[in-house]
Formats: sequence, structure tokens, C-alpha cells
Amino acid sequence: MYVLPGMVITFVFSYVPLYGLQIAFRRYSAKKGIWGSPWVGLEYFIRFFESPYFWTTLRNTFLLSIYSLIAGFPIPIILALMLNSFSHKRYRKVIQTVTYAPNFISTVVMAGMLILFLSPRIGIVNELLSVFGIPSINFMAEKGMWRHIYVWSGVWQNTGWNSVIFFAALAGVSPEFHEAAVVDGASKFQRLLYIDFPAILPTATILLILNCGSILSIGFEKAFLLQNDLNLSVSEIISTYVYKVGLRQMDMSYSTAIGLFNSAVNAGMLILVNWTANKLSGTSLW
Amino acid sequence: MTSDAIFDTVILIVLTLVFIVVAYPLYFVIISSFSDPKAVAGGQVVWYPIGFNLRGYAEVFKNSQVVTGFINSLIYTTCGTLLNLAVTLPTAYALSRSDFNGNRFVSIFYLVTMFVSGGMIPTYLVVKGCGMLNTIWALIVPGALGVYNMIVARTFFKANLPNELLEAAKLDGCSSTRFFFSIALPLSSSIIAILVLYYGIGHWNSYFSALLYLSDQKKYPLQLVLRSILVLNEAQLQQGTATTAEQLAQQERQRQLIELMKYSLIIVSSIPVMIVYPLVQKHFVKGVMIGSVKG
Repeated sequence: MYVLPGMVITFVFSYVPLYGLQIAFRRYSAKKGIWGSPWVGLEYFIRFFESPYFWTTLRNTFLLSIYSLIAGFPIPIILALMLNSFSHKRYRKVIQTVTYAPNFISTVVMAGMLILFLSPRIGIVNELLSVFGIPSINFMAEKGMWRHIYVWSGVWQNTGWNSVIFFAALAGVSPEFHEAAVVDGASKFQRLLYIDFPAILPTATILLILNCGSILSIGFEKAFLLQNDLNLSVSEIISTYVYKVGLRQMDMSYSTAIGLFNSAVNAGMLILVNWTANKLSGTSLW
Repeated sequence: MTSDAIFDTVILIVLTLVFIVVAYPLYFVIISSFSDPKAVAGGQVVWYPIGFNLRGYAEVFKNSQVVTGFINSLIYTTCGTLLNLAVTLPTAYALSRSDFNGNRFVSIFYLVTMFVSGGMIPTYLVVKGCGMLNTIWALIVPGALGVYNMIVARTFFKANLPNELLEAAKLDGCSSTRFFFSIALPLSSSIIAILVLYYGIGHWNSYFSALLYLSDQKKYPLQLVLRSILVLNEAQLQQGTATTAEQLAQQERQRQLIELMKYSLIIVSSIPVMIVYPLVQKHFVKGVMIGSVKG
């Protein structure tokens, strides 16, 4: 009885849509409904694979994801290790409070801040560059900049919060290890390297696997907000394309097919990475 | 200098840099929002507000879209969070009990949803099929149960409500329902606080479901209003051909005021979060830690 309301809602909004996935294989029209729409097999998938958007969006999604992962994954670990070895308890608290804060800024505000700061006319960044005699850059229109802006603003926003989980893992390290190491004459840096780092390795591996599994499901929200006509060739990713095809052009079957392709790749990646991690380190999700 | 002292110094310097890099943009938005529009546009505001005034804020509250959006967001956040709690707590409680028969089935039922989903369009069609388009329900019902939050709550219940407690209560003639409401919930105020915050901030900050499901501008939550002003740059600028120098200057002032208003708007939209954040930071972190024990 306790679980019923949750299960009903989850069933309706998570399982029924799975059933609706079949419109990827039908030419869906709202009038005929799911069952009445004619079966077209893989037509929409083939259309996507042959469309020029296929390579662009796939490439953009991959590059953005991998760049985010490479830049965004190690930094929270380093931050947690440093915070953990930092002896100033009070100051540490202040740093933690401040670095966690950006995590609670909404995506819209984040995008708004970026656009304000990077504005060619009044943005503080260009103001700063002009001090060094660098001419004003219209960052948001600059294709080469877009990925850096996306990824590093993400690092700015999430590093602190992502470090919490590693910091928690470090809190679980028994002080006896450190005491013993001190007796043996280990320096602080050696203790960080040989006691603390191995302690968070399992947590890090699990998170890495999970992150790789979602490599193509990179957030729609921020990319969509930072898009404009000038940077679209690098900023159009699969999820934003799915949205535009489905709800702006109302081509629902095509959009669903693209989304399904995306999920399939994700699932494949997850299994592959998990298998690799299992072989290499014995850590696995299941 | 020993190697430990070098190590300490390096860490101190790096962490201080991190602190500055994270804090300065936030600080900059705050001081800009209180400054003179001309000083902000001219890039003179760097360390403290220049020409302190509240015109940006006055402009924000004059904007009826922002006010409506703020109220809408408050309503969506409150109703959404209440529904979240009403669904999440009982589920988590049931799953935490070892004498609950369907435990395995229900757990798998939820775990599956973490890995597969129907995607944007099929979900949209279901919401449409339920007649929820353009209503508050579309925003709060589909995500009523966050699996991650539910797991956090379940872990908490497991650790804090020992079986002996239930047996003792039963011996005294307490029903299972009464136990949940009179004993389990009052003992769980800290997990309830965590859930309220996670869900509440999620609702407050979300814009995507509103973008997807709402078409009536009067129903837009604050984040969508912010999007049109901050991102799409749709703040009303009194257009018109400026011919005289006087009119040109007037337009320029107007433009500067709009830029200033953006900073104030960022602050206003973050007020609810800024109020709760310092009070409950500890709870937030605790939530992550509970979640990480058995995620």
C-alpha cells in the first residue's frame, strides 16, 4: 500500500513511454494513434544515418562529453585530496561552503551569467582583456570557444559539489594508517599518494563507469541555452536536435528514432566500460 | 624548509586560488547589481559597488513577467515538493522494512527506470494523453519520485529505525500505519529536510519540463522568464528611431539599465536558494554521504 502511489506514477511516466518507443518504427500521426500508424521498420533510422546531421551531432556530442569528462572528472578528486590534507580547519570550511555554492545556481542563471560576462560590449572578461591590449572577442559567436566555455563553466559550477563524495570516502580512512606512516617517516605528500589516493580509487572507478555510460546523454539544458545561430555547427548535440525535430518540426517518429539510437549507444558504452573496468581492476556495477 | 612545509604552502596557495576563482564571479554579480548602470556598463565595478543604488531591483519588480514567474515558481515548488514527499517517503519506508514481501520486485522496478527511458517524445505523448499539457501537473507528477532520493531515504530509514522499535510498538498495540506516522516520520526529520531541499531546489531551478509542457506564458515559472530576459535578451527596449543626440543618450541609458537589471534579476531569482543554502549546507552534504554508502 505504501509503494502503490509511487509505482503507479512511475509506471505511467517511465514504463508507458517505453511502450511508446515503437513510434520510432511507425509513421506516427496524432490522429491515428500509436496502433493506427503504419509500420515503416527502420526507415527513420536510415534517414538519420544518411542525414548530414548524423555526423555533426554525433561528433559534437562525443567531443563535448569526452572533453567534459577529461576536464571534469579528475579535478574534484584533486580538490578533495587537497582539502583533506589541508590542516586549517576553519578556512577549509569556508572553501567548501563557497565551492559547493555554484552547484545550486540554475542552468538558466549560469547561461545568463556566461552571456553577460562574455558579452563583447560590456562583459567583464573583455574589459579585462582590453587592459592587456587584447581586442574585444565575441565569445558566444566564436565557434572555437564554445566547447571551452561549456566545459569550463561546468567545471566551475560542479567541481566543489562533485568533490563531496570523494571527501566522504576520505573521511572513512582510518587515522591509524596515517599514524603508522608518520612513525615510518612518511611525508604528507607520500601519505596523500599512498594512503588517501588508493582509498578513493574504488569510488572513483564506479563514478567513472557511470559517467562513461552516459557519454551521449550529455545535458540538454545547458547546451540548448548556450546555442545561437553562429555557434550551432559545434553546439548542436543529439539531445537538442531531438528536441527541435520532435517538438518544433513536430516530426515525432523521427525524433524518437534518434533518441532511441542515442540510448542504445549509451547502454552499449556502459556495458563496454564496465566490462573493461571489471577486467582491469575488478570493480563492477553488477 | 621541510617537504611538509612546502606541501602545506602549495596547498594553501592552490586552494586560495580555487577560492578566488569560484567566489569572484558570484561576488561580481552581487556588487554589480547594486551599482550605477553606467558604471557597470563602463566596466568600472571591480572590487565594490560604485554609485550604490537599487535601480536594478526596482526595474526587476516593475517587470510583471518576473513577478508572475516568481509566484508561479513558488507555487510549483511548494506543490511539487509536497507531492514528492508524499510519494517518496512511504516507498522508501516500505523498502527499508525487511518484512516487506515485494522488496526485490519493487527495487528492480525502480532500478530499471534509472537505466532505460522512453525519451522525450514518448514521454511527451503520455503527458499529453493524460491531459496534463499546459497544467501544473505536467511539471510535478512525472518526476514525483526521484529514484536517487528514494534510495537515500531508504538507506536512512534502514539505519535509523531498528526492527526492535517496530516490535516494541506492535507489542503495545500500535498499528503499522500509526507507527509510520507517529514514530517513523517524527524520528526522520533530518532526512525529510534533505529531501525537501533536493526536490525543492530541483523544482525551483528546472526549466526544461516547463519549456516542453507549458504553452501559456502566464503559467511560466521564473526560470523560463529568466531565459527570455538573460539568454534570449528579450527585455523590452523602447524602440524608435533616435535622431537627436538627446534621444540617443536616452536609449543608451535605457540599454545600460537593462544590463544592470539582469544582475539584479540573477540575485532576486537566487534569493530562495541563498536563504536556505547556508542554513542547511550540512544536511546537503549528509545526503550525499548517505547516498554514497549504498548507491
